[in-house]
Amino acid sequence: MEILVAAAIAVLVAAGVYLSLRPRLFSVLLGITLLSYAVNLFLLASGGLMVDSAPLTQVPGPYPDPLPQALILTAIVISFGMTSFLIVLAMRAVSERGHDRVERGSGEEAE
Amino acid sequence: MSHLVLAPLLLPLAGGLLPLLIRRGALPLERAIGVLATLGLVPTAIALVSQAAGGEVLAYAVGQWPAPFGITLVLDRLAAWMLLVTAVVANGALLFALGRSDTAGRHFHSLFQFQLLGINGAFLTGDLFNLFVFFEVLLLASYALLSHGSSPARTVAAVHVAVVNLLGSTLFLVATACIYSAAGSLNFADLAVRAAALPPDRLGLWQAGGWMLMVVFALKAAMLPLGFWLPGAYGAADGAVAALFSVLTKVGVVSIIRVGTVVFPDLDPGPVVWFAAIATLVLGVTGMLSASRLSHLAAHAVIVSVGMLMVAVALFDRAGLAAATYYVAHGTLATAMLFLVAARIAVVRGETADLLEAGPEFRGRVALPAAYLLAAIAVAGLPPLGGFLAKLAILDAVLDGGRAAATFAVVLTATLLSIVSLARAGSTVFWKVGPARGETVELPAWRPAAVSGVALLLAGLVGLVVYAGPAYEYADAAAGQLLDPGRYVDAVLQGRSGGGQ
Repeated sequence: MEILVAAAIAVLVAAGVYLSLRPRLFSVLLGITLLSYAVNLFLLASGGLMVDSAPLTQVPGPYPDPLPQALILTAIVISFGMTSFLIVLAMRAVSERGHDRVERGSGEEAE
Repeated sequence: MSHLVLAPLLLPLAGGLLPLLIRRGALPLERAIGVLATLGLVPTAIALVSQAAGGEVLAYAVGQWPAPFGITLVLDRLAAWMLLVTAVVANGALLFALGRSDTAGRHFHSLFQFQLLGINGAFLTGDLFNLFVFFEVLLLASYALLSHGSSPARTVAAVHVAVVNLLGSTLFLVATACIYSAAGSLNFADLAVRAAALPPDRLGLWQAGGWMLMVVFALKAAMLPLGFWLPGAYGAADGAVAALFSVLTKVGVVSIIRVGTVVFPDLDPGPVVWFAAIATLVLGVTGMLSASRLSHLAAHAVIVSVGMLMVAVALFDRAGLAAATYYVAHGTLATAMLFLVAARIAVVRGETADLLEAGPEFRGRVALPAAYLLAAIAVAGLPPLGGFLAKLAILDAVLDGGRAAATFAVVLTATLLSIVSLARAGSTVFWKVGPARGETVELPAWRPAAVSGVALLLAGLVGLVVYAGPAYEYADAAAGQLLDPGRYVDAVLQGRSGGGQ
C-alpha cells in the first residue's frame, strides 16, 4: 500500500514538475494540477495509511486518522478554485497577447 | 471584550461581501462600505495594540472548540502591531484609490477587503493549516487586484505571480503534511509542546517540514533566490494596489518570525536567513539603481526593505527582533508611500508616465516633489524620519554578533546606493525637461482623497518618529514576548476563556 501510494505521488510530482517548467501556459496549468493531486495524496499519507476501516471514532476497532481527510477536502477546494482562476487568467492573457507563452515577449516589458 | 480579536476578520469579510450583494453600478455605495470597513480597522487595531501592550497573550478559540482541535486566533504584541500597520497602509491605499483605481474595473472594493481579510487572518492565526488558508485568501485577492484595470502587462504579471505562488502553496502543503505526520498536530502551541518530546526517528521529517516552511515563507517575503517574481508584479500593478501589496511581503517575514520562535526554536535558521537577507539587499539595491521606471524602483525598494528586515530577524535575539518589529512598520509605510507618489507622478506626466527620462516641466509645483522627497527620505532611511532610527537599531543589534563587519558594509552601502538611485530618479523626473515634451503640462488637480491617502501614510511615518520612544519600547517588549514562547503555549492550551463566556 505504502509503495503504491508513494509511487503514485512520485509519478505525479515528476510529471507535474516537468510540465510546470514548460514554456507554455497550458502545460504549466496541467503541471500545477498534477502537483496538487500529488500533494493531496501526500496529505492522505501523512496520517498513516490504513485499509478497510472507516474514519469514524464511534465504530469499534482501529480507525484511520480523520484529520488529513479534512485537510485534503480543504486543499482540494482551494486548489480547484485557484486552478479555475488561473485558467481564466491564462485565457485572458491569450486573448490579450495572442499566444500562451509564459515569458514576457519583447515590447511587453513596459506597461 | 475578547471578541474584539475577531473584528479584524469580520470587518473586511462584511465589507467584502456586502458590495457583492448590491446592484452593479452603485459605486458610491461600494465606496462607502469599503471606506467604512477599512476605517473601522484603525480604532480596532489601536484597541488591540493597547490590549496586547499589557503583555498578556490572548487566545481566542473560535466557536469555543478547545485549542489543539479548534481554530485558534492568537493576539500577541507582534500580531497587534502588524494589524495596526496593515490598517494604516490599507487606509492610505484605499483613499488614494478612490475615484481612480476603483473605476478601472469591477469589484475593486470587495477584492481590497478580501485581501485585508487574508492579511489580518495570517497575522492572527495560531494554526498552520489555517495560516495556509489565509495565505490562499490573500493570494487569490492579490492575483485579482494585480490584474485589475486590465492591461496585457498586468495580466502577464498576474499569471507569473499566480504560478509561482501556486507552486509555493503546493510546497506549503507538503511541509504541512510532513509536520503533521511527524508531530500529529498543526496548532502552533501544540506543536511546540510536541516538538520537545519528538521521538528521534521523527526528527528528520520534522526538520524537513520546518525548512520547507521557511522556504515557502521566504518565497512570500520575496527573499533572494525566490524573489524574482516581485519586481515585475509590483511594478506593473496599480499604485494603490502596489501600496497595499507592500504589506504582503511582510506577511512572509512575520510568519518566519512566528514559526521560527514558537514552533521551531531549535531549527536555527539564522545563518541561512542572514545569507539570503544580505543577497536580497544586494539584489534589491542593484534593481533600484537599474530601474527604468519609478514604480519598478519602488518595487525594488520593497525588496531592499525585506532584506534589511531579515538581516535583523536572522539574529533571532531580543535586540534583532525588536529592531525588526520597529522597522517593519516604517519600511511598509515608506514603500507604500513611494508607490502612491510614483502613481501620482505617472498620472501627472501624461505620456512620459513614470519612466525615468526627461519629461514635461514641473514649474511652480511644490506638493508633488515635496511628497516624493519625503517618501525618498523615508525609503532610504535618512533622518529625520524613523528609518534612520530603525537602521541604527539594526546595526546596533548586529554589533555583538560574528558577522558585524559584513553586515555593516552591506547595509551601509545599500543605504548609500538607495539614496543615489532615489536622488537620481527624483532629479530626472522633476528637473530634466525633454526636448520634445518641453511644454509645461497642465497638472490635474490633486483629488482630496488621494492627498489624504498620501498624508495618512506620511502621518504614520512621522508618528513613528515622534513617538519613537514608546514605539520602540513596544517593539522591544514584543521581541521579549516572541522569545518566551512558553507564555504563548500556555495562553493557547489553557486559556480557553477567550471563547466568549
